[in-house]
Amino acid sequence: MLRPIEATAPHPETIRLQPTRGFSRVLAPRELWRYRDLAGQIALRDITVRYRQTALGGAWAVLQPIGFMVVFSLIFGNVAGISSNGLPYPLFSLSALVPWTFFSTALMLGSDSLVSNAALVSKIYFPRIFMPAGVIVAGFVDLAISLFILLIIVFAWGYAPSVAILTLPLLIAIATAAALGTTAALSAINVRYRDVRYVVPFAIQMWLFISPVVYPSSQISEPWRTLSAINPMVGVVEGFRWATLGTGNAPWDLIGISAVSAAVILAAGLAYFDRVERAFADFV
Amino acid sequence: MSNVAIEAHELGKSYTLGLNKRGYGTLREAVVEAAQRPFKRGADKRKGDTLWALKDLSMTIRNGEVVGLIGHNGAGKSTLLKILSRITEPSTGYAEVTGRVGSLLEVGTGFHPELTGRENIYLNGSILGMRRAEISARFDEIVEFAEISRFLDTPVKRYSSGMSVRLAFAVAAHLEPEILLVDEVLAVGDAAFQRKSLGKMNEVAKEGRTVVFVSHNLAIIQALCTRGVLLERGEVIADAPINQAIDNYLRTLERSASTDLLERTDRDTRAYDETLVRQLEIQGPSGQANAVVAGQAATIAVVLTEELPSMECQLTIANSLGQPICTLDSEMSAPGDVRESGLGPRIECEIPALPLVPGRYRIDVIVKAKRQIQDGLQAAAFFDVEPGLVGGRPTAATGSEGDIALPHRWRLPV
Repeated sequence: MLRPIEATAPHPETIRLQPTRGFSRVLAPRELWRYRDLAGQIALRDITVRYRQTALGGAWAVLQPIGFMVVFSLIFGNVAGISSNGLPYPLFSLSALVPWTFFSTALMLGSDSLVSNAALVSKIYFPRIFMPAGVIVAGFVDLAISLFILLIIVFAWGYAPSVAILTLPLLIAIATAAALGTTAALSAINVRYRDVRYVVPFAIQMWLFISPVVYPSSQISEPWRTLSAINPMVGVVEGFRWATLGTGNAPWDLIGISAVSAAVILAAGLAYFDRVERAFADFV
Repeated sequence: MSNVAIEAHELGKSYTLGLNKRGYGTLREAVVEAAQRPFKRGADKRKGDTLWALKDLSMTIRNGEVVGLIGHNGAGKSTLLKILSRITEPSTGYAEVTGRVGSLLEVGTGFHPELTGRENIYLNGSILGMRRAEISARFDEIVEFAEISRFLDTPVKRYSSGMSVRLAFAVAAHLEPEILLVDEVLAVGDAAFQRKSLGKMNEVAKEGRTVVFVSHNLAIIQALCTRGVLLERGEVIADAPINQAIDNYLRTLERSASTDLLERTDRDTRAYDETLVRQLEIQGPSGQANAVVAGQAATIAVVLTEELPSMECQLTIANSLGQPICTLDSEMSAPGDVRESGLGPRIECEIPALPLVPGRYRIDVIVKAKRQIQDGLQAAAFFDVEPGLVGGRPTAATGSEGDIALPHRWRLPV
């Protein structure tokens, strides 16, 4: 018996649309994979648009941390005389500012991503996590540029990274996990409560000072030094310093705690996002 | 293998009114409410707080059917499309959708003003659910359809609104899903482009794809669809061949125009929740209501509940199929316009010689104050045009050859 030709066509899938409850929803890998093209396009859009119609373009990725480095070196290095563990203060702060800027920009833009794309969210279906995730992916480009400049400055100053530089991917992964977990939660809350807009800039400033960007964490007495690594940026920042400047001891204790903490933040943030995602279109 | 494309089973969607009215809550309100909740149980479950945009809606749409959803504003048409396109979840019931869904709820969704036309084609295409390779394959077709080839590498923010709308529609029209959901998007661009878009939609419908279509333009619905589903207050009240469903809808429209306008809830109130339009009066030369004569003077009076500062009014006259014929807009002022202090809460529009062929017409009204829409009603009134003389010439008997009767003069050989 002949088989009908249409049997070769893929059998169309039936999707059931119904009220969902709890965590039964979308961060399913299949769903994300199905919309992979859109994910790519959104990330591409975020990268392309970030510096369109700016005179300095991608240079902004570098100017921001460098500007902070100059100010911090003058105020905290010279005037306040904060210890930099014997390193030149500009290098000390810039090596921390590179990952910090990546993290704070992700928080800043990511927490607003669902609201600023309200037209899209209320008119088209797609896995909503692409919005905050796209912002973070776009941030990788900035991170790469500023990391490159950092390494040039490090060499110019007569320092050289050791093999420890191989841990950078791990450190970036920790920062990414922490950023994605936090922005997922913040962007979701922002859909319901626009208070987030006012909280985030303020929270970022506070977060800067509880992270060892302008001071070394060795200045903190134990057990607080170790405990402070619950803030994932502590492990990331100290790790970046050690990995890019090639001096000091490996802060594995901090990195380890921060990695665990970042994983918890990521899981909690995504879980919360997943729970409230279904109602975004009704509130945004 | 089943040939059912969409199966809805007792679908319901409820919205909490309190939140919608305020737009969105603030964190403080949520905290206060959470703190108060233990003290006022019961009170939270007031019935009036929930609006059912859809209620127990069941329907089956087969593969290849072209279905038009019709109904008043707020009848639940758009909510249904939003559920079927997965933008929002139903509150009760379920729907099963078989096949790839493309939804076109607004033209140009996801266009980014900073990106060029080329970049936006790719972005918009993937937002609408096309694969990158598909977009590349149809890229030239899209550009040609949109007539923007010269501006491909110009940021879309420098496009005229007509150009961006054409581009947006072109991308959407080249989408090839098995099920297409369309909401009120054909009314874009100039007349020539509209005809082209309509032709394209016709093609899509004839290709055997399943289409669910929402529009206020009944003529378009009638031309494209084979089946009509009439919704009212979130429920299906008629599901029939398209002509029958449209007849049904027109009858409900007339019924609602004959009821007290103040009781109607299908309003376009943006600014306040107040109802402003009380009644429409259409008067012929001799003053009798709702019957006017072709070629003679007619006055449309909008009776309001109150006077607001610097009011403007917009009246759209549509034929019996709901196709707009003309819009009379007081914001486009002319030397003859006057503002009178003794007029009271009413706005009058005078047409010196009514250029309409005999038939039944309807009026949609929008009242603005301070440049904002205060109240709007579709099908606020119906009126009949009686045969008369336009420019001394008797009007055609029916509206089958158009709706307009122009005063004119011939010059013929002996």
